[in-house]
Amino acid sequence: MSLERIGKTADRRAAPTRTVARFGIRYTRFLDERGRLADDAPPIAHDHARLRELYRQMLLTRLFDRKAVTLQRTGQLGTYASSLGQEATSVGIGAAMARDDVLLPTYRETGAMLLRGVEMRELLLYWGGDESGMDYSGPNAPREDFPICVPIATHAPHAVGVAYAFKRRHEPRVAVCVLGDGATSKGDFYEALNAAAVFDVPVVFVIVNNQWAISVPRSLQSRAETLAQKAIAAGIAGEQVDGNDLIAVYDVTARALERARASGGPHVIEALTYRLGDHTTADDARRYRSEEELALWRARDPLKRIAAYLIRAGAFSDDEEAELRAELGRAVEKAVADYLATPPRPPESMFDHLFERLPRALEPQRETAAARAGLDGHDADARPSHDRRPAHDAPRGDLHHG
Amino acid sequence: MAEITLVEAVTLALAHEMEADERVVVLGEDVGVNGGVFRATTGLFERFGPERVIDTPLAETLIAGMSVGLAAQGLRPVAEIQFMGFIYPAIDQMLNHAARLRRRTQGRLTCPMVLRAPFGGGIHAPEHHSESTETLFAHLPGLRVVAPSSPARAYGLLLASIRDPDPVVFLEPERIYRLGKEAVDDSGEALPLDVAFVLRSGSDVTLVSWGASVRETLLAADRLSADGIDAEVIDVATIAPLDMTAILESVEKTGRCVIVHEAAHNVGVGAEIAARLADEGLMSLLAPVKRVTGYDTVMPLARLERHYLPSVDAIVAAARESLEAA
Repeated sequence: MSLERIGKTADRRAAPTRTVARFGIRYTRFLDERGRLADDAPPIAHDHARLRELYRQMLLTRLFDRKAVTLQRTGQLGTYASSLGQEATSVGIGAAMARDDVLLPTYRETGAMLLRGVEMRELLLYWGGDESGMDYSGPNAPREDFPICVPIATHAPHAVGVAYAFKRRHEPRVAVCVLGDGATSKGDFYEALNAAAVFDVPVVFVIVNNQWAISVPRSLQSRAETLAQKAIAAGIAGEQVDGNDLIAVYDVTARALERARASGGPHVIEALTYRLGDHTTADDARRYRSEEELALWRARDPLKRIAAYLIRAGAFSDDEEAELRAELGRAVEKAVADYLATPPRPPESMFDHLFERLPRALEPQRETAAARAGLDGHDADARPSHDRRPAHDAPRGDLHHG
Repeated sequence: MAEITLVEAVTLALAHEMEADERVVVLGEDVGVNGGVFRATTGLFERFGPERVIDTPLAETLIAGMSVGLAAQGLRPVAEIQFMGFIYPAIDQMLNHAARLRRRTQGRLTCPMVLRAPFGGGIHAPEHHSESTETLFAHLPGLRVVAPSSPARAYGLLLASIRDPDPVVFLEPERIYRLGKEAVDDSGEALPLDVAFVLRSGSDVTLVSWGASVRETLLAADRLSADGIDAEVIDVATIAPLDMTAILESVEKTGRCVIVHEAAHNVGVGAEIAARLADEGLMSLLAPVKRVTGYDTVMPLARLERHYLPSVDAIVAAARESLEAA
C-alpha cells in the first residue's frame, strides 16, 4: 500500500501543527535496459513460453503499426495513431486482463486490443474510415470492450459505470481504463477517480505516460512529481511501473487486477514509456522534440529488452526472431488485403444503428442519402478497392492531445 | 385514481419502473436520502436501497459518463441533473458518447440511459436555475429529447424513455412541477415517443408548444375561444427527433401556426418547426408562421423573468396577428 495514514496521537501536548497523513509512490522494474532480470522477479519472469507468446504479440503490434503508417503514407488509410515504443505497456496490460474484464482504451492501445481479440482487419477498417471496425466480430472478439475513445479522458467515467455494474451483479470482473499523461490534466479523470473510490468499484486506471501530449511535454502537463500520485487525492493507491519492461507491466497490472477483483477497489498505475512515433500520421514530432531524446528512448526499446532477456535465458534466438517476423508479416499482409478488399458500405448505412429503430422522422433523410448517391455517381462500391484513397479524401485532421 | 402533481408523476414512474425492472438505477446529486432537490426521487432510497438509488459525488460529467458505462453494461440508468443550468458538463458525454455509442460500435454496445433535468423559468430561482436550452440537445443526432407538459404525460413519457433502448434527455418543466394536479393511473402504460399530442382540436389556428409553455398556450386557446377563435393546441413532447406529422396535419386544416417556447428565439426548436413548415407545408399556410419565444438575451433573474417568458397575452396577440394576415 502506498497510502499510509498516521494515527492520531494520544499525546495531548502535541505540537499545534502536525502531519496527519503521509504518502509514497512505489516504482517497479524487473528488467533493466539490457534485459537483465532483478533478483526478486515474479513467476511470469520464469514462464518463458508465456513471455515468448507476449513477445510475439509485441512484435505483431509493431509490424502492424509500421504497416498502418505505410498504408497512410501511400493513401490507403486515414490518419493513424502509432503506438511505436509502447508495446510492452499495451501488451502487458492486455495480457494481465481476464477474458471477461472490460477494456476501455484510447487510440494507442493497439497491442492490448489485438491481444484481446480485436482483429487487425477491424482496426484498419476503423482507421480507414469504416465504423464496422469497432464492431468486434472475430471469433475471439471482446464484445463488451469499449471502442477506441478519442476525446481525451472522456472514457474514464464510463469505466466507473462499467465497474459499478460488475459490483452490483457481484461479478468478479474488472474495468481497465487506459489513458495518457495528458488525460490526467482533465476533470473527467479526477471525477472518475474520485467516484471510483467513493463507490469502491473494481476499476484499474492505467496512465500511459509516454512523455508527450502531441507537442506538450510531461513537464508542462503537470508539476506533480508523479502522475500516479494523482490517485492519492482520490483516496486510492497509485504506483509507477517501467512501461518498457513487459514483466513489470504485466506483474503490476495483474496484481492491481487481482486486488480489484477480490476487494472491488480501484487502483491507478502510471506506466512510464515513450511515444517513439509521431502523435499521428498528421503530426511531425521533429517540430518539438530533440533527436537526442529520441535516441535515448530508442535505446530503451521494449521489444529489444524482452528479446535480450529471452535470448540470454536460452528461450529464444535470432533465427526464431526471423521466422517469427516472416510469419507475423504474412498475417499483417493478409489483414491488409482483407481490409482493402472490403468495399465501403452504401451511403444510407450511416443511418444504421443510430437508434435501435430509425425514427420515422429520419426516414426521408435516409432515402435522400440513398437517392443522392445514385445521382452523384458517388456510389464507390463499383470501384476496385485499391482505387479508393480515403486519406486523400479525408481532411488532414489530427487527433487531439496525446 | 389519485390526483397528483407533475413531479409526483415523475416519482411514480421511477418507482414503477424500478419495481418492474431491476436493471433500473437512479443516480445523481442528492437523489438518495434527500429525495432530490425537487423531491422527484422521494422514497426511492428507502424502497430500493443505496445500490439502486445512488448519491453521486458532485460531478455532472461523471453522472452522465458513469451512466454511459452502466447502460453499456445492460443496466438502465436514470440520471438526474439538478437544474438545466448545470447540465453543460454532461453535454460532452451525451454528444460524444451516449448519442453515438450504438452507431460507432454498429450496435455492439448500446446506451439505454435517461438524463433527467428540470428546465425553464418562472419559479424565482437563483441564477442559472431557469434556462431552457433544449436546442443544444435537439441538435445532436442519436439523442431523443423529451419534455412532458402534464402529470399524465410525465408519467407515460418517462416510462417510455426508461424503456427506450436509446438515450433520452428528459426535460421536466420546473414551473409546472406542482402547478395543478391530474388523475394518473399507475398502470405502467407508457405513452409513445416520437409523436406529438393534440391537446385541443380547433380549426382556425395551430398553436404548437412543449414543456411549461403548454400551460400558457392552452390558456391562450381558452381566451381565443371566448372570442370565437378555435385554436388547435399541439404538445410536441418529443422535441427530437421531431416528427412533424401532427403539426403538418393540423396546419393543413388551419392554415396558420404559432410556435411557443421559452427558449431563446435564435435557432430555437421553433425555427426548425417553421423551416419544416416552409418545406413541407407551405401550400397549406395562409399566414406567416409566428413564433412567441424567449428573447435572445441571457435569462434574467427573478424580477424580470415574467417579462422574458411567453405570456398568454403574447400568444393571443400572435394568434390574432396570424388570423388577420389573410
